[in-house]
Amino acid sequence: MPSPASPATPGLLTRLLRAREAGLVGLLLLVTLGTAAINPLFLGSGSVRDLFLNVAVVALLVVGETVVLLMKHVDLSISSVVGLSAFLTGSLFAAHPGMPIPLALLFGLALGAGLGAVNGLLVAYGRVPALVATLGTLYVFRGVTYAVVHGGQINASNLPAGFLTFGTGSVLGIPNLVLLVFVVMLGFGAYLGSWRGGREYYALGSNAEAAVLAGISVTRRTMTGFVLSGAIAGLAGVLYLARFGTVDATAGTGLELQVIAAAVVGGVSIAGGVGTLFGAGVGALLLGVMGSALVTLRAPGFYQQAIQGALLLGAISVDMLVSKRAAKRLQAAPQQGGTRK
Amino acid sequence: MKALKTLPGWETTLTVLVIVALLGGGLLSKDFLTGQNISFLTANFSETLLMALTMTLLVIVAEIDLSVASILGLCSAVLGTLFAAGVPMPLAILAAFMTGGLAGLLNGLLVTRLGLPSLAVTIGTLALYRGLAFVLLGDRAVADFPQAYTNFGFGTVPGTLIPIPIAVGAVLAVLTAVVLHATPFGRSLYAIGSNEVAARFSGLRVERTKLLLFVMSGLMSALAGVVYTFRFASARGDNATGFELGVIAAVLLGGVSIFGGKGSVIGAVLAVFLIGLINGALTIVDVSNEILTIVTGLLLIGSVLVPNLIARAQAARQRRRLRGEVVSP
Repeated sequence: MPSPASPATPGLLTRLLRAREAGLVGLLLLVTLGTAAINPLFLGSGSVRDLFLNVAVVALLVVGETVVLLMKHVDLSISSVVGLSAFLTGSLFAAHPGMPIPLALLFGLALGAGLGAVNGLLVAYGRVPALVATLGTLYVFRGVTYAVVHGGQINASNLPAGFLTFGTGSVLGIPNLVLLVFVVMLGFGAYLGSWRGGREYYALGSNAEAAVLAGISVTRRTMTGFVLSGAIAGLAGVLYLARFGTVDATAGTGLELQVIAAAVVGGVSIAGGVGTLFGAGVGALLLGVMGSALVTLRAPGFYQQAIQGALLLGAISVDMLVSKRAAKRLQAAPQQGGTRK
Repeated sequence: MKALKTLPGWETTLTVLVIVALLGGGLLSKDFLTGQNISFLTANFSETLLMALTMTLLVIVAEIDLSVASILGLCSAVLGTLFAAGVPMPLAILAAFMTGGLAGLLNGLLVTRLGLPSLAVTIGTLALYRGLAFVLLGDRAVADFPQAYTNFGFGTVPGTLIPIPIAVGAVLAVLTAVVLHATPFGRSLYAIGSNEVAARFSGLRVERTKLLLFVMSGLMSALAGVVYTFRFASARGDNATGFELGVIAAVLLGGVSIFGGKGSVIGAVLAVFLIGLINGALTIVDVSNEILTIVTGLLLIGSVLVPNLIARAQAARQRRRLRGEVVSP
């Protein structure tokens, strides 16, 4: 079966998905230009910068969630990992103001990887459905955060100036955080697109039995996927801290819905095996632009959640209809999808 | 296929655990085992009990509804908004039930007509319905409900210590148990959950059944919304946020298999009581809320993990025994 992002096999499905990504980019332009037409301030340099900074954390989380979704699993616990990582990193800085920033990033990664390993063990070895396992750890990790925070909070005044500059600074006009997320996305894009390990996630999600017969170790791959998702969420927690400077026990709550919505809007299928990081990134950007557009157009904040839910429903419905049609056409044309250059 | 063995006499085990929780609570504090305290404690899980009944039926057909607590909040917001606008209370309650029914219908249509996984659909509607509740009420609260109605929320059945909502829940639990365990319709749910394809070939109306269950789940969440609103004499958009976890944890702990085709109403009801009593006992010794969150999360994971591990160990033992027979002449 041809899969997206494998340049050697531009089969029907790939073409369908490419068309879909083009459609997303078109929609993105439409929303952006439409909002700018009503309120030109929307494309002011300050608000564009803010928009990208807001999208940065979600776009980073989408990378890890995509890996898990490709395997036909789901990781609901990322928001709690973000909260715990943000708070603990902040506490570390409060205790050791001289800590170098790369060390903070490493700490976030390591903490997240550890929490992700818990999910991986439950799903890969305990055979607990990912939904149940990560819904459980969402609450457990959040509970741990509450216990650690104990009603306190981290403020910008607790953080060293260097870290805050890192959060607000930019290179050549591109904010540091956006740059960092972009690098991670490119790296993972290559990993998922052309590395053997990356391709195994697709294999697992499209047909687990076939993956086993092809000699893929399902437990190890599943474990790795969840560890990666956790590590990225831990890193996102450090970025969250750098971006907002203020963190309490509820930091990051509800992010998982935004992230899953972004991935699915971007064409990552919840049925596993289909999707690209490029699409997922565009999905995150599209949701961010829509959110900002609502604010620019003075829609009350209370509408945000309802619209997000509606978008997610719309996206999964379209996703299902597209993949059903694709399956039908593939059945009708078994010769499709060969290695036609 | 993973044919999970239900633990022998899991309901019996749960009953013992409930008694242990009662005695344990009594040991922790002499105020725990008073009629007043138990009455107060059970009132606290009225909504969870109600929603767990329909959730049991849904999980048995291998579906799930994560939007129940959001429907509860939305119905609470509808009730409060209409009452504040001067609509007579019976009409406002009727509107809340219609809202719940429609919310369940949308879930069911998306699952049965488009063939979408109920997990994804109800994560979406969890956000959508909660969002609509906020659209209606923002962060305002509606209070000052008439005494007659709030009495229904926190009164007890005259002459007893049984909270009225729990009495309603008990009647509905008996009804649900009869339907599930003693009617052809109930048996068809197990058939659908065990093997949907086979059920379809045997002429069972799978889609129609699932649609009905989602609508029932919506209506039950509406009832829970009405109970919650009167129990706290407050209609708010964020009422019962996060309650879905407790409901699902109770259903799974009650021995209803997440893979469908297995489970009983009595198990789920016992599990609601068990979790409620553990929470109550922990609260009485001043264990903070965060520990309760952790305990509920662990119960949710454990209720699926432990049976899995036991099934695995049994399978391994079986394999060893078979190998042993082959080897020994």
